[in-house]
Amino acid sequence: MNTGRKIRVLAAKPGLDGHDRGIKVVANALMDAGMEVIYTGLRQTPRQVVEAALQEDVDVIALSILSGAHDYLFPKVMELLKEKKVEDILVIGGGIIPDEDIPALKACGIANVFGPGTRTEEIVRYIRDHVKR
Amino acid sequence: MIKEDDLRVLEEKAKAWDQSVESKLQRNPERKTPFVNTSGIPVQRLYTPLDLENMDYLSDLGFPGSYPFTRGVQPTMYRGRHWTMRQYAGFASAEESNRRYKFLLDQGQTGLSVAFDLPTQIGYDSDHEMAMGEVGKVGVAIDSLKDVEILFDGIPLDRVSTSMTINAPAAVLLAMYIAVAEKQGVQPAQLRGTIQNDILKEYSSRGTFIFPPQPSMRIVTDIFAFCSEHVPQWNTISISGYHIREAGSTAVQEVAFTLANGIAYVDAALQAGLGVDTFGPRLSFFFNAHLDFFEEVAKFRAARRLWAKIMKERFGAKDPRSMMVRFHTQTAGCTLTAQQPLNNIVRVAFQALSAVLGGTQSLHTNSMDEALCLPSEQAVQVALRTQQLIAHEIGVTDTVDPLGGAYFVEELTNQICERAEGYILKIDEMGGSAAAIEKGFVQKEIQSSAYTYQKQIEKNDRIVVGLNRFQVEEERPGNLLRVDPAVRILQLEKLKKLKSERSQDQVNQSLARLKLAAQGADNVMPPIMDAVRAYATLGEICDTLREVFGEYRQIDTFR
Repeated sequence: MNTGRKIRVLAAKPGLDGHDRGIKVVANALMDAGMEVIYTGLRQTPRQVVEAALQEDVDVIALSILSGAHDYLFPKVMELLKEKKVEDILVIGGGIIPDEDIPALKACGIANVFGPGTRTEEIVRYIRDHVKR
Repeated sequence: MIKEDDLRVLEEKAKAWDQSVESKLQRNPERKTPFVNTSGIPVQRLYTPLDLENMDYLSDLGFPGSYPFTRGVQPTMYRGRHWTMRQYAGFASAEESNRRYKFLLDQGQTGLSVAFDLPTQIGYDSDHEMAMGEVGKVGVAIDSLKDVEILFDGIPLDRVSTSMTINAPAAVLLAMYIAVAEKQGVQPAQLRGTIQNDILKEYSSRGTFIFPPQPSMRIVTDIFAFCSEHVPQWNTISISGYHIREAGSTAVQEVAFTLANGIAYVDAALQAGLGVDTFGPRLSFFFNAHLDFFEEVAKFRAARRLWAKIMKERFGAKDPRSMMVRFHTQTAGCTLTAQQPLNNIVRVAFQALSAVLGGTQSLHTNSMDEALCLPSEQAVQVALRTQQLIAHEIGVTDTVDPLGGAYFVEELTNQICERAEGYILKIDEMGGSAAAIEKGFVQKEIQSSAYTYQKQIEKNDRIVVGLNRFQVEEERPGNLLRVDPAVRILQLEKLKKLKSERSQDQVNQSLARLKLAAQGADNVMPPIMDAVRAYATLGEICDTLREVFGEYRQIDTFR
């Protein structure tokens, strides 16, 4: 569990999707809850996301996709994290993600997926309860 | 509008009425204090002629079809012809999308609206690394003229009007459309339709930019110039508030930022040497229809009045058509809930009604399942039927601007105009829209409104039926429309075949000419037409322009 240091979160938009309202609202809420948030901006490759996470030494990666490309991009991020032998970063996802896709995303290591209508406080609580370091 | 003496009598009576109501509030309090709409405009208990004391009927409202167009851009509005019913559609391959278009036309839809996938919108071919996972997902995948030929196969382009949601590579897709029309024997001058071509809101709200603002604006004005000569019936831009609103802005911000972008395009075109009445009549607009019914109706009316004044007074337009806000509307996707999705049908109906009462020229109604996935055929049909029902069953189309003169709606219209003008002034002081976006001002304003809205929902200050009240335990519907990942394979095969069949020399030569034009001052449209006809791919054409113009990187609005 995290002691002393603020929880650091990378808010990331992998892929070509331009919908950033959701991730920015979540980023604002996490900051209000006392976390440090680094926002990647749009159009990150999975490799850029993983590199930013390592460079910024974050505890959490919050991925957002509304274009339907989560089925390719989320697992790709997880694969690259494994390649780098990173196991202590909590990775969560959000966006327009059909329920039936969630089991596969969880199987590859996405800890939880938050869909439309989620309260930001729920995401804050989840991160606090599940952050790995 | 009312005689001065009568107004003074009214004033006294209103005061007395107010006092008598106030005295009863102790016992019967109102639900909230104060009542405020999404733009932060206080909503009074009652509106009377006193609120419109300073309004001048002729200069503020006028008659439909004449300046300042507050009541509508055509004299007879829907008594003559209904709005164009235009459902935004496209997914997977050109073949699949062509089938959906034919289905929609069969169902009585009156215009097409093409959704492109993200690689197409950002100028990547389907085989580009950045396209992985995105091919065919949010729209149809287009790599070359070949795909566009399939997309419009069997659809006579002289008889439909087509709107294309394409921005950074708008010139390329327009060129492809013209080329397909030529193959059908249809002249460019006969073509009717719209390209979105509104790059400024891509930087602030929508995200599908490629090049930096300056060269992007040059492409926009090249398109204006080319179309005024060759494709005179084409709407060369759809200046879009829709995405600004979806990104979280208020109604006032939607009007203000959209018209400020409009001003930037007009400025750029004037600087490029075009006459305001040459391109002015072909500017069109695109707005959102959100939840607050009267605020939305007033917003559409306010946008018309403001733009008319801007074009006439600021830019000296003479042709009334240059002063008209002709606009498309889409109901607000961001208001749809994944919870109890059937409720979305009702939300969409109210939003669509506000657009019709606001005088829209064309309309897309969202499908109930869009918070979950791409719309199914049945959901699209209900959405289209909603429009047909408004047009034919409920009588709202039988007179022009039925809410005109309503004290509340007129006062709201005035308020929205006033507040939007305040923003426009501020943006002028920053050096115009492009500079305000460069500074992050527009983005931060939108971001902050979005966060405020979310907090209101989370504190239950704003009720979203089925989400924070009236919830039920429910299972999410299965059987959602999904794009077959094989689309990418199909596109890759088509690309390979294309490259083996076309004349590479012709492609190289046309791209070299395009590069020269981009480096110099010549209009880029003619060389793009040549490249498209030679079956150069969208990616190749955009890469050529990338070499000359460079690529834009988004600014960080959190630091």
